[in-house]
Amino acid sequence: MAEALHWIGGALILAGALLSILGAVGVLRFPDVYTRIHAASLTDTGGATLMLLGMGLISPLGFVMLKLLLVWGFIMLTSPAAANALANAAFGAGVRPRIGTFQIMGEDKPGGSGPERSGEGTAS
Amino acid sequence: MSGPTIDANFALNIALLLMLVAIAFAVVRTRSLLAAILMMSVYSLASAAWLMVADAADVAFTEAVVGAGASTVILLGAILLARGEAERVNWKLMIAPGALAVVVGAVLIYAAGGLPNYGDPASPANSHVGRAYLEQTYGDIGAPNVVTAVLASYRGFDTLGETVVIFAACIGVALMLGFGPRATLAPPTEIPNDQHVVLRVVAKLLIPLIALFALYVQFHGDLGAGGGFQAGVIMAVAIILHALVFGLRATMAAVPVRLARTVAALGVVVYAGVGVVCIINGGGFLDYDYLFSPRIEAMIPANLLGDPSHEHHWGQHFGILFIEIGVLLTVSATIVTMFYGFAGRTLETIEAERRG
Repeated sequence: MAEALHWIGGALILAGALLSILGAVGVLRFPDVYTRIHAASLTDTGGATLMLLGMGLISPLGFVMLKLLLVWGFIMLTSPAAANALANAAFGAGVRPRIGTFQIMGEDKPGGSGPERSGEGTAS
Repeated sequence: MSGPTIDANFALNIALLLMLVAIAFAVVRTRSLLAAILMMSVYSLASAAWLMVADAADVAFTEAVVGAGASTVILLGAILLARGEAERVNWKLMIAPGALAVVVGAVLIYAAGGLPNYGDPASPANSHVGRAYLEQTYGDIGAPNVVTAVLASYRGFDTLGETVVIFAACIGVALMLGFGPRATLAPPTEIPNDQHVVLRVVAKLLIPLIALFALYVQFHGDLGAGGGFQAGVIMAVAIILHALVFGLRATMAAVPVRLARTVAALGVVVYAGVGVVCIINGGGFLDYDYLFSPRIEAMIPANLLGDPSHEHHWGQHFGILFIEIGVLLTVSATIVTMFYGFAGRTLETIEAERRG
């Protein structure tokens, strides 16, 4: 039984790691800020959930599991909020969503309402 | 370690160290200072992960909260005062510093060959004083976390010096960036627009939890990883988070600048005061065995920590507790003061520009 749980837990951790790698690929490959944020935040939360679930299956029942649950709650709270803040800041700074080769919601507004314009140039 | 099988720990070490090298190159290559600061934060997080692999939990903790948390926010506050881009440097000017870096790097790599192996029990660090600490800590002090025992008790005087250094940094920043009327801002007059409602709700949930976690790290320091330095930074980060989400004016109304400065000084006084009390009771400076006079020590119930059979060193126990509180006060107040200095100056500049 414990042996089987170990294997399932290991598989879940591996799946979480793969999801995180997919997220990294998405951040590099997606066309604009918003799809990149989407890729990063979804896979971040999902990958962490899978990994924590896997660790929970491997760890002995008890205090460690409670800690993992708390970590999970913290990630579920902060990661989506961070993605929301990032997207909000980008929109406030005048970055508009972009699909394919044309701008679906009009041109970027340089120097939008935000305190600082955060373009895509910083992503390397 | 030997043989053809690759140790998982070894592979993790190599991966993390390569990541550090890659991030360092990226930091040097980028000309956007904002990107450089954020990558430095990632660097700190990666090195914290590496320190964790190397079993240095206390150091990893410090690196994560100071390097990736507090210093990033303070640098971001500072960057708003400067231009966001580094100037392009003529490559001819880079030849001499580059050659120097290569030479120093080569010397360091050569010298690394002379270092003892990682975890070598016969190395000087592990065979003399380090071994004595490991063998005697539990009998002398009774703290399970040897790091805290060494830091707070055996080398309490050094740690007092560190706390004073942090306090000196607080004074330095306050002197440069506003000591006096300019440092304080009036409380907010208008409610900020509701664009960041998600952030505000989440921050309202998180700030008390972060503060609570700081207290956990504080009082758990002699049992597990943590202590006054880490707890102080976490506490300061909770206050900085409040400032980032609710605005600097609201935070300055809740935690006034004057309070932060007073607390920074108070921490050093608490720390040094413990040492003076030890002298008054007949011991040396910071000799916690003399913290309580025998009459007070007799009043402490033997089962205060549950197990009456184990002989407790109450002086050591409470001495570490008190000086860690001093460290917490100084560190948290210093970081808040530094943040106030940079962010307040930035806000002042922006508002002056807006007025014309």
